[in-house]
Amino acid sequence: MHYVIIIFLWLSILLYLVLGGADFGAGIIELFTPQPHRGRTRKAAYQAIGPIWEANHMWLVIAVVILFVGFPAIYSTMSIYLHIPLVVMLLGITARGTAFVFRNYDAVVDNMQKIYDRIFLYSSFVTPLFLGIIAGSAISGRIDPSATDFLHAYVYSWLNWFSVAIGLFTVSLCSFLASIYLIGEAANPVDAKEFIYKARVWNIVTVGCGAVVFIAAEAEHIPLVKWVFGNTIGLIAVILATLSLILLWVLVARGKTIFPRILAGFQATMILLAVTYVHFPNFIVLKTGNNLSLFRHQAPAASMNTLGWALIIGSVFIIPALFYLYYSFQKDKHREQH
Amino acid sequence: MDDFLAARSQMALSLGFHIIYACIGMVMPFFMAVAHYKWLKTKNPHYQNVAKAWSKGVAIFFATGAVSGTILSFELGLLWPKFMQHAGPIFGMPFSLEGTAFFIEAIALGFFLYGWGKLNPAFHWFTGVVVGVSGLASGILVVAGNSWMNSPAGFDYVNGQYLNIDPIKAMFNNAWFAEALHMTLAAFAATGFAVAGVHALMIIRKRNVAFHKTAFKIAAVFACIAAILQPFAGDIAAKSVAKRQPAKLAAMEAYFHTTTPAPLLIGGVPNEKEKKVDYAIELPGMLSFLVHDNFKGEVRGLDTIPQQDQPPVAITHYAFQIMVGLGMFMMAVALLYFTALWFKKNWQVKNWLLKLFVAAIPTGFIAVEAGWTVTEVGRQPWIIQGIMRTADAVTPMPGIAYSFYIFTAIYISLSIVVIFLLYRQIRMVPVVYDKPEADLQLNHH
Ligand code: HDD
Ligand code: HEM
Ligand code: HEM
Repeated sequence: MHYVIIIFLWLSILLYLVLGGADFGAGIIELFTPQPHRGRTRKAAYQAIGPIWEANHMWLVIAVVILFVGFPAIYSTMSIYLHIPLVVMLLGITARGTAFVFRNYDAVVDNMQKIYDRIFLYSSFVTPLFLGIIAGSAISGRIDPSATDFLHAYVYSWLNWFSVAIGLFTVSLCSFLASIYLIGEAANPVDAKEFIYKARVWNIVTVGCGAVVFIAAEAEHIPLVKWVFGNTIGLIAVILATLSLILLWVLVARGKTIFPRILAGFQATMILLAVTYVHFPNFIVLKTGNNLSLFRHQAPAASMNTLGWALIIGSVFIIPALFYLYYSFQKDKHREQH
Repeated sequence: MDDFLAARSQMALSLGFHIIYACIGMVMPFFMAVAHYKWLKTKNPHYQNVAKAWSKGVAIFFATGAVSGTILSFELGLLWPKFMQHAGPIFGMPFSLEGTAFFIEAIALGFFLYGWGKLNPAFHWFTGVVVGVSGLASGILVVAGNSWMNSPAGFDYVNGQYLNIDPIKAMFNNAWFAEALHMTLAAFAATGFAVAGVHALMIIRKRNVAFHKTAFKIAAVFACIAAILQPFAGDIAAKSVAKRQPAKLAAMEAYFHTTTPAPLLIGGVPNEKEKKVDYAIELPGMLSFLVHDNFKGEVRGLDTIPQQDQPPVAITHYAFQIMVGLGMFMMAVALLYFTALWFKKNWQVKNWLLKLFVAAIPTGFIAVEAGWTVTEVGRQPWIIQGIMRTADAVTPMPGIAYSFYIFTAIYISLSIVVIFLLYRQIRMVPVVYDKPEADLQLNHH
């Protein structure tokens, strides 16, 4: 059963990265769009993420529940040593989720809108930044349960070049995913061109951030090159990601919208696969070398069994409903456009 | 502020905030479904307007409820890592089921909010009902987590080890039924009175009377039924507490000494130094009756509980008095309203009765907060009753006071914004929904 649970955990992290990421990305793109054009970006983004944003952030909650029920030692270690970035991320989620709804449901449109907008845009940036920092910290080997002073135990565990570089990489990946997604949502060819341009820029930024991650890893003496390229799965994942990137641009140039989305999602999947596979089954790499493993640190069998069944039964209900939701709104949008 | 106190305060603040949104999220969809149903049946546009206006409010509350819930699922670990390390695998079952319920709720809400005029009307209505049912299910499930902390089950505690874990037994612990029933009714009473009261105020002020009368009636009926049932559910809860947590019962009633037969104390100021209650009204034998169903039974006092295992008496006692007092008030309003409905059709919207409803706006939510204070403070010093102390569960990270200040600021500003938004929604009612009748007819055809 614990493989089932690990797959669910991985999938919920992946879906949060891809779907939640595109959602964050829409905000980041808007943040980096010059003032006069923001309105257009916002309209496309609201159309795209409106009906499903709430479902998106459930992936995170599911991952958290899987961790605390199935792998409590991992959950409590992260909670203790990554307390500060977790709190910042929570503040980001709170600010963003509420500002989004407030700006769409306020009955009166006036200066308040500007405030909601600003909160929404900045938190769209901060939240994935810290999500990335948390993910980076889990594998950076800087978490040190034997530390005795505040800085080493609670600050340097996450404030290091590697984690921050992963954070920035996550931000740019989200923006890339969002711009690819929004190409197909654009209401007219001018907007579509605009999103294609943004996708190009964010693609370059993402590759740049990726390079920064490797440099930071070198600086922090983290053998990232060996991790990613030192095993077949990692290597294949990276090659597939690169090839699909080329294909993606060919398809975008031909005016396709659906296939590039799938390819962009595929790239994110490959990146996550490459970085998680090398550590598997370790989830947290500790400074002391006592890594927290999804095998050795799982809950007792009875808990794993009920958790696994709850997840399986839950997905039987959820997946068809979710597909139907996506389907209905896609259909609806196309009807409106034609 | 010391870190332990800060952690407790932050937990209490977050839960106290979340429960308001949770109650509204559980209950409003049912109100909307009734209005929506009546609209589909009668085609009276007031019903549609009410359903639409409410659904905007619900979207605002849902967002706040969802983020505060997300905060909580992290906070359990951020503040109480040692508790979660042991408790997670045992009481995790309802949380994993709750994930499904939340998810379905969010999907159904997606359909409902964006479905006006787009979906098949019957399916659209159905999605609204699904929002309500799954919200209610998630509330009932998460309460199982709390009732397990009050009545731990489903494991053997041997030499500090948690062995033979059985998550199903843990979920069906002894306290769950009483807590879930009482909590569900509380959600209906609290939300119902708050909503009915706001619409009553608008009727008194003669604003858009037809719209607000429609809304008032739906909310008032739900609220009143719940308010009449609530004291009975409370009695079930009290009996369950007496069995599993005598220390909590003693603190609720400020019983310093074991007494037979035990009078019910109403009001009064607990004097912890002299171990007595000043100025209380005593109803002879009533507490024995409430706990044992006879007037002679013995009720254990705090003298049977070791000093280091006693909960704070004054807070628990006052909170209990507040809850019961407000519960009686709401029941009285409910009985008056039903009498009005039953006998004289037109008293139900007379000003004095409406004013009572306006007075009742905050009472349900105050009772909810008070009730949770009884449950949670009355459980102290235990985080898992009889097994783990709260002080042993707290995070080792220093400086929690700062995080408490930050969260306090966030919750205060969120509350202000939500109130501000609702105020603007209500102010916009005339513009959006109060078209002259003729106009509506036109729109309709
Ligand atoms: C509208 C809200 C409301 C009203 C009118 C009442 N309660 Fe209540 N009460 C709650 C809302 C609440 C609550 C917030 O929902 C609690 C907290 C935990 C729970 O399960 O319900 C609660 C807890 C709670 C507990 C503790 C349960 C435990 O620790 O497990 C007892 C003994 C009572 N209640 C008893 C009563 C009685 C005798 C009432 C008579 C009028 C009453 N309540 C009215
Ligand atoms: C939403 C309604 C709830 C409210 C208003 C509430 C209120 C409170 C309060 C006032 C405290 C502080 C007690 C003290 O330290 O003196 C507390 C503590 C706590 N509650 Fe609740 N509670 C609620 C539901 C729950 C649920 C459903 C759970 C868990 C599944 C839970 C878990 C905890 C934990 C872990 C603590 C901290 C440890 C402790 O103080 O014992 N609570 N809560
Ligand atoms: C008695 C206490 C509680 C009740 C009755 C309750 C009920 C609810 C309800 C009805 C919702 C949906 C919100 C809405 O529709 O607006 C909700 C949201 C949520 N609650 Fe609670 N809750 C309680 C305590 C907790 C605790 C202790 C946790 C954390 C462990 C928690 C985690 C969540 C999460 C993660 C969400 C967001 C789900 C989403 O995004 O839809 N809740 N809660």
